[in-house]
Amino acid sequence: MSRSMRKGALAGLPLLALAGFAVAQQAPTPRDVSALYRPFEAPPGERTRGDVPWPAPGNVSLPEPIPGIGRPATSAEIAGWDIAIRPDGANLPPGRGTVQEGEELYLQHCASCHGDFGEGIDRWPALMGGRGSLTTDNPRRTVGSFWQHAPMVFDYIRRAMPYTAPQSLTNDEYYALTAYVLYLNELIAEDAVMDRDSLPRVEMPNRDGFVLEERPDTENVACMQNCRQGRPVTVTMDSRQFVQPGSGSGTSEP
Amino acid sequence: MTNTPTIGSTSRRGLLRAVAGAGAAAGLPGAAARASGNAENQPPNLPEWSRTLGPGVIEEPYGSRSRHETAVRRYVPWLTPDRISSVSFTPLAEMHGIITPSGLHFERHHGGVPDIDPADYRLMIHGMVERPLIFTLEDLRRLPSVSRIHFIECPANGGMEWRGAQMSGVQYTHGMLSCSEWTGVLLRVLLAQVGLRPGASWLLCEGSDASHLARSVPLAKALDDAIVAYGQNGEAVRPQQGYPVRLVLPGYEGNMWVKWLRRIEVGDRPWFTRWETRTYTDLMPNGLSRQFTFVNEVNSVITYPCPEKPLRGKPGFVEISGLAWSGAGRIVRVDVSVDGGDTWRTAELQEPVLTKALTRFRIPWEWREGQVAYLQSRAIDETGRVQPTIAALRKVRGVESIYHKNSIQTWLVERDGTVVNVQIDA
Repeated sequence: MSRSMRKGALAGLPLLALAGFAVAQQAPTPRDVSALYRPFEAPPGERTRGDVPWPAPGNVSLPEPIPGIGRPATSAEIAGWDIAIRPDGANLPPGRGTVQEGEELYLQHCASCHGDFGEGIDRWPALMGGRGSLTTDNPRRTVGSFWQHAPMVFDYIRRAMPYTAPQSLTNDEYYALTAYVLYLNELIAEDAVMDRDSLPRVEMPNRDGFVLEERPDTENVACMQNCRQGRPVTVTMDSRQFVQPGSGSGTSEP
Repeated sequence: MTNTPTIGSTSRRGLLRAVAGAGAAAGLPGAAARASGNAENQPPNLPEWSRTLGPGVIEEPYGSRSRHETAVRRYVPWLTPDRISSVSFTPLAEMHGIITPSGLHFERHHGGVPDIDPADYRLMIHGMVERPLIFTLEDLRRLPSVSRIHFIECPANGGMEWRGAQMSGVQYTHGMLSCSEWTGVLLRVLLAQVGLRPGASWLLCEGSDASHLARSVPLAKALDDAIVAYGQNGEAVRPQQGYPVRLVLPGYEGNMWVKWLRRIEVGDRPWFTRWETRTYTDLMPNGLSRQFTFVNEVNSVITYPCPEKPLRGKPGFVEISGLAWSGAGRIVRVDVSVDGGDTWRTAELQEPVLTKALTRFRIPWEWREGQVAYLQSRAIDETGRVQPTIAALRKVRGVESIYHKNSIQTWLVERDGTVVNVQIDA
């Protein structure tokens, strides 16, 4: 449990006592759940980091291996499937692509869902915009406003795109598409070239926008009687303004 | 393209705009159609099925449920751009006990369901290991196995309701939730086969579907209770659930239970994939997002009565029944209120109560015709965590974090027995 939660729990006690008639049945004594919620150590710092190792757990004990089950994986087999890139650019393949090459590929493979400028069509995700929106009541999570690491944009586009034909393009083409998406977000210049050296150096605006787990973050109060202290129930939102109760949310299929 | 965010705020507001002026939908389908049935099949008459022989064995070599049963998974078109990267919901109101029939298990795919020939299935484990290995399905089945009952819940379950109540029933407020018996190899047994190199701290688990969904898993979790599963409820894992092999991470958000598992890479830090940055991170009001939020916290919901199963025409005895669950362990108590949280009574829990599994609770109630009620359930788990109100959650997290909404659900029972999804003041 975080320090602030413990503080919150302590602060809650006098409130309960003041409540007078409200009766709280004893819930099990809350125990420290940090190892459950966060079963790992993180590098020091306020923000999550992908550029340094995270400490290994202390007491790793494994059963005895059972001989003869599983066969060695060859380096060629591993190379064929090992597509995961690291935030610092590790495992990025050789190759290069330009914004200009990317624009053509984008219009051919991506624009029908994401829009000519990455604005997103219908419910398909927008790829650009949204910067400064994360603290508003309409946060938009795009490559420019939200993604943490530029190499992971390459990772995702290559592993899952084009939507109907993932991993069907060349690495040069994936570098070019990545370049174009970054350019749409004004993160690189129009004449930029993306490769395994330049891509990790692209500065992402929300790089430091992520923190670790902070739960549990609500109090453990289980009042049993007179918990509303005489306050009548007020409905703050009634789903019937949108849907009939028990219906398929109005529009569901089948 | 894979797309969780539309489960969140933007489309919700879109719905608020789109539906607000459109008026109510058509009446309820089939509400009272079969209420009384066919008198010729009822006492004192001999029903038609008693006067003739029925079909014999193996008329249906792989059996299906009665043709009179109609519960189905459903999806909500406005949530996602298409059905390939989408979600369907389990009809929780129709469930008995704690096991979800495999055919009604909710679905969440990011690139559709691959059709995998088990003869071609391979699992590769490599990275910071002593011996990179490839396993066939037969290899996995030769290794020591376990069977365990665990719930799986999409962390976006309830995510449409951060700002207010807008879904029509429990299938949509809580139906990204299922519970199965999973059979397979403990991941630590597989990690023993490959051997870990010093410094190993995280794994990347990757699917072989079109999205190649990949999530980072802390090594401690992998060594604790993670299962590489090939069995679900006594048979092979269903294609929609990852056939032939999926990852099972008890208590963790469903997105991490990688389906169609093809590759496990051992490393010394998390990978920060698209599914642990762009999505499945929890945006807070200060603009920072919580990352690697794995546990689905203590939660519960009443499944009878509910909007799909109203009390209309059924005054008198009611057995309130529902489901509770916690990603942190066992459920130890569920309290139920019928007056919007003023007074609470403790419900009976159906044994066995299993860790990180659905737990059925029941409590009797007398509903007087014309009585307005506000039904709520509140679960407590073995760590002492008490399920919070929506107000308590909003106070800390605002309304834009999409994931991990585990607040107390309120069903309004109207005078006529109609049951409505509402939110009330704290």
